[in-house]
Amino acid sequence: MSIDQTTHGTGHGGSDGHSDGHSDARGTDVATTAGGGLPERFENPGLPVHRHRMADVDPKAAKRAERQVAALFGLSTLGTILLVVAYYAVPIEPDERDRWAQIAQTLRLSNTLLGIGLFLALFGIGAGAVHWAKTLMPDEERIELRHPMRGTDSERADAVAILQEGSAEAGVGRRPLIRNSLLGALVPLSTIPPIVLLRDTGPLPGKSLSETVWKAGTALVQDPVIGEEKRIKASDLTIGSVVHVLPAGIEDTEHPLDEIAKAAVLVMRLNPADLDEASQPGAYEGIVAYSKICTHMGCPVALYEQQTHHLLCPCHQSTFDLKQNCKVIFGPAKRPLPQLAITVDDDGYLVAKSGFSEAAGPSFWERG
Amino acid sequence: MTALAARRRHPLAAVALVLLGLLVTGVAYAAVTPARAQATTTSTDDIAAGKALFLANCATCHGLNAEGRDRFPSLIGVGAASVDFQVGTGRMPLQATGPQAPKGKNKFTAEEVSQLAAYVASLAPGPAVPSAQQVDPAAGNQSNGSLLFRTNCAMCHNFAGKGGALTRGKYAPNLAGVTPTHIYEAMVTGPQSMPVFNDSTITPQDKRDIIAYLGAVDSETSPGGFSLGAIGPVSEGLVAWVVGLAMLVGCAVWLGAKSS
Amino acid sequence: MSTTTTAKAAGSVGNWADERVGASKGVKFLARKIFPDHWSFMLGEVALYSFIILLLTGVFLTFFYIPSVGHTTYTGSYEELAGQQVSEAYASTLALSFDVRGGMLMRQIHHWSALIFVASIVTHMFRVFFTGAFRKPRELNWVIGSILALLAIIEGFAGYSLPDDLLSGTGLRIASSIILAIPVVGSYLSFFVFGGQFPGEEFIPRLYTIHVLLLPGIFLALITAHLILLVVQKHTQYPGPGRTNENVVGYPLFPVYVAKAGGFFFIVFGITALMGALFTINPIWAYGAYHPSPVTAGSQPDWYMGWLDGAVRLTPGFLEFQLFGFTLSGNILLPAVIVPGLVTTVMVLYPWIEQWATGDRREHHLLDRPRNAPTRTGLGVMAITFYLLLLVTGGNDIIAVFLRLSINDITMTVRVLVLVVPPLAYLLTKRICLGLQRKDREKVLHGRETGVIYRTEEGEFFEVHAPLDDHERWALVQHEAYRPIEPAPTEDDRGVRRPKARFDRIRSKLSGFYFEDRVEPVTPAELEAAHAEHHGGGHEAIESPDDVDRPALAGN
Repeated sequence: MSIDQTTHGTGHGGSDGHSDGHSDARGTDVATTAGGGLPERFENPGLPVHRHRMADVDPKAAKRAERQVAALFGLSTLGTILLVVAYYAVPIEPDERDRWAQIAQTLRLSNTLLGIGLFLALFGIGAGAVHWAKTLMPDEERIELRHPMRGTDSERADAVAILQEGSAEAGVGRRPLIRNSLLGALVPLSTIPPIVLLRDTGPLPGKSLSETVWKAGTALVQDPVIGEEKRIKASDLTIGSVVHVLPAGIEDTEHPLDEIAKAAVLVMRLNPADLDEASQPGAYEGIVAYSKICTHMGCPVALYEQQTHHLLCPCHQSTFDLKQNCKVIFGPAKRPLPQLAITVDDDGYLVAKSGFSEAAGPSFWERG
Repeated sequence: MTALAARRRHPLAAVALVLLGLLVTGVAYAAVTPARAQATTTSTDDIAAGKALFLANCATCHGLNAEGRDRFPSLIGVGAASVDFQVGTGRMPLQATGPQAPKGKNKFTAEEVSQLAAYVASLAPGPAVPSAQQVDPAAGNQSNGSLLFRTNCAMCHNFAGKGGALTRGKYAPNLAGVTPTHIYEAMVTGPQSMPVFNDSTITPQDKRDIIAYLGAVDSETSPGGFSLGAIGPVSEGLVAWVVGLAMLVGCAVWLGAKSS
Repeated sequence: MSTTTTAKAAGSVGNWADERVGASKGVKFLARKIFPDHWSFMLGEVALYSFIILLLTGVFLTFFYIPSVGHTTYTGSYEELAGQQVSEAYASTLALSFDVRGGMLMRQIHHWSALIFVASIVTHMFRVFFTGAFRKPRELNWVIGSILALLAIIEGFAGYSLPDDLLSGTGLRIASSIILAIPVVGSYLSFFVFGGQFPGEEFIPRLYTIHVLLLPGIFLALITAHLILLVVQKHTQYPGPGRTNENVVGYPLFPVYVAKAGGFFFIVFGITALMGALFTINPIWAYGAYHPSPVTAGSQPDWYMGWLDGAVRLTPGFLEFQLFGFTLSGNILLPAVIVPGLVTTVMVLYPWIEQWATGDRREHHLLDRPRNAPTRTGLGVMAITFYLLLLVTGGNDIIAVFLRLSINDITMTVRVLVLVVPPLAYLLTKRICLGLQRKDREKVLHGRETGVIYRTEEGEFFEVHAPLDDHERWALVQHEAYRPIEPAPTEDDRGVRRPKARFDRIRSKLSGFYFEDRVEPVTPAELEAAHAEHHGGGHEAIESPDDVDRPALAGN
């Protein structure tokens, strides 16, 4: 039997309902509430009448449903067979002479056949089981009673008594020294060692976020470095040119990818009249070099719009204006891209005049 | 009486006369008709024809001497490659103003395009139309091409060349179906927002490798199934909801519904 | 085997189990447990089954994947990568896709299943929210579910970063920048997480451990707790005739739900397998190996992180500023830390916020129809609108390319819309809910419109309304009639100011926000009054064989 719950607060809906709470008080004064013989709220009318399914009343329909379920299970078996056959019949071991175009087609065929076989195998079982439950298993609604989550008053009283007795036996209340020293042990253990033991997961940053391998005289080479480094002559660049650039020797550093992630640079040639004053000292005859690493979140700012002289970062659309020393003109970035001052050496190849004058890449607390 | 005159009533005399007439006419015609413009060599006739086409189709914006004005750039020095690209892809003549000139239908025949190109090339030296050998994808190295494409091109055109957004409504177009010649020309001339990749910064061999890579990407099937546009997680997420979750919810509704 | 032999065999197995683990008690407790039936209760199951599918396909993948950034030269079948320097992680993922039969299928099922996993969690969460299933005693399950949702997002991010391809590496760069942006400790944290500078060599093995060991372990524990609570507290049910707060009406676990829910597992697995069969997902061979210098147009995270990407794209740059020689990157902290932090906090605390507003401390096992909780439904739609605006912005460059729009215009427009549209959505939804409630009242008081037009002798036309029977009416009248909580007097009877007076005032304001505008359910008295109006007092009685009601005139 369900246990009454005390109801309080706001109005409360119907209780375990059976009878129709609607009295036929037609014609009488109906402004009254409970006093006039009407309940305050409607009462639950109980479960609706059960509606039979075809399979419940017609044995032929039941047999048909049974056959349908069997057909679905049979489909599953066929799916498994397809899966196994496809696994062996579609070899994906590439022949020496096969080009990728051919291999890709075989792979796609294998994937599709294996996948459809697996789909049929699984879906057949699932659909069959569900159809079986829907059509043939009894679908009369049943009722189970809930019990309130809380324990009975006596259970609670017992629990409280147990806890009180137990803590009295432990004596924690009487012995504050034990309690305090326990806290003094547990709190440091749970907070400090987990942090300290993780200290060697990485080195301290030191100055590495602010430094790159670029320094005075470093040659500019083409990115990507395939085989030999390819230096860039100033005369190779025409107005509108862009070249992706790395510092010479970067592939020989201990961690090339880490260094490239800070040192990637973009070189463009503009009409010198288009450059503003701030960028001119670092430019060479209209050729300018800027850090490619976005000052927002580190994506390569690689999209160069030749006509507007804008650099666009594809990640969050920060836009930098080359005519204003790469100042941010749109988007979530704040700081302009640092310029790499460049000049040419005696043979006309582009070299850096110095390293970056500020940290390249995304901002961090100590950046200043 | 001469020997010729004595044979003037020979039965085959008429035949001989007709053959002679045909021969003379044919030779005279061949001598007088100008030769067809060759693909790689231009004649002054081509340049003149090109100038006529230019005046009719391009001069209103680019000026009578292709010197340009206001926003319309000068075409002096842009080379035959620019014309072959811009006109060949239907971008020029510009149909309507907008953030940029979109690809369109080429209104001209191949001959007219080359005549226009010859005219513009005659104004000042500029990039030439590449030879068939220069743009032959079979001669390119796809792996090298993929490396170069990723560094120089993917940030605008996307990893598979499907295109991408630039600022203010401009865009880098989808490269599917673009001919190798046009790809080469675009790299070397830097149309609209695209930067210039001259033959010193990306060598002709490297350009051919990029063309080989793009050709492969275009023609190869995706080994996992339908490629969903090759634009990345956006289309994948859409399909997961609209196809995957929708099908699953559909199955759940079927599962919970009362059987008839 | 004959049935008696089978029965005997089953009997001896059953005996064996019972004598060792008390199986008969388990069967008694569990086998005939009643669960209610509704398709919207299957959404959580989709999530659960997706998790199992992820485990199964994931184990397959771990047999072939090498979690290392060690350099290797690619010599596999994909020509466009021939001879390139790639990581072992990347090369092994390609090998398992191209050289292992079924490898591509397993990888694609795994990734599609991950997308569906998070999608079903989100849908399930909103079902629970809109029906009020998070109320007592299920607040704890709501918190567990919220944590599961967040962990699922992190798990997915870790998973698709494992192949070390260009797209996911770009995402990791962004993640490292978020860590860098944390004030004071950011650079230290970033160096500890990545084992040094970005990208370093530790991130793949560490992500692997997180993805394969740490998070799945936590998932297993939390999902088990989630399900145990579900069984102990029993499932909620939609209101209807015969369903009360003290019972569960439905079907027994054995055999009906074993068949239906068990079958549904196979259905979910099957459909996910179909997606893996037909649609390419995450074509890492086309992206290329990760390198910090190149990048692709259309760099987005997987869909479930799209809202964060959108928030980052929307935030203007001036929020970063220098302070005594230190940089505070508000432009990163706001969208990547503060907004998700606030959203999560409100989401987790919501059951208590609503409980404070209603003052309702009872157990709730009957679900709300969303229209009967207009403020809650409005708030939910507001949250969805906000989320969708951010999600759409995350793909603003794709939208710009396909619809020929300007990314700048999209960003500027959404900056305004994201502040204006959610409150409007709230107001609109609340009004719609109140309107639907009024319609329900109309229906109860005046009956269902039948579409039959009746003409009286005097030439008057009206539509015949059929009164609802008890069962039809019940669902429309059974809901709670909450009222705003009146604040207690600020001073007690001795004139001393009560210490919690301020609290109470805030609480009654919140309660007013929730319930001031309300439509109360029809009471029997009101129905009688409506009947009286129809049949007595002022209106002519209509002699009609069906004794139907005249159309409703003045409102409630």
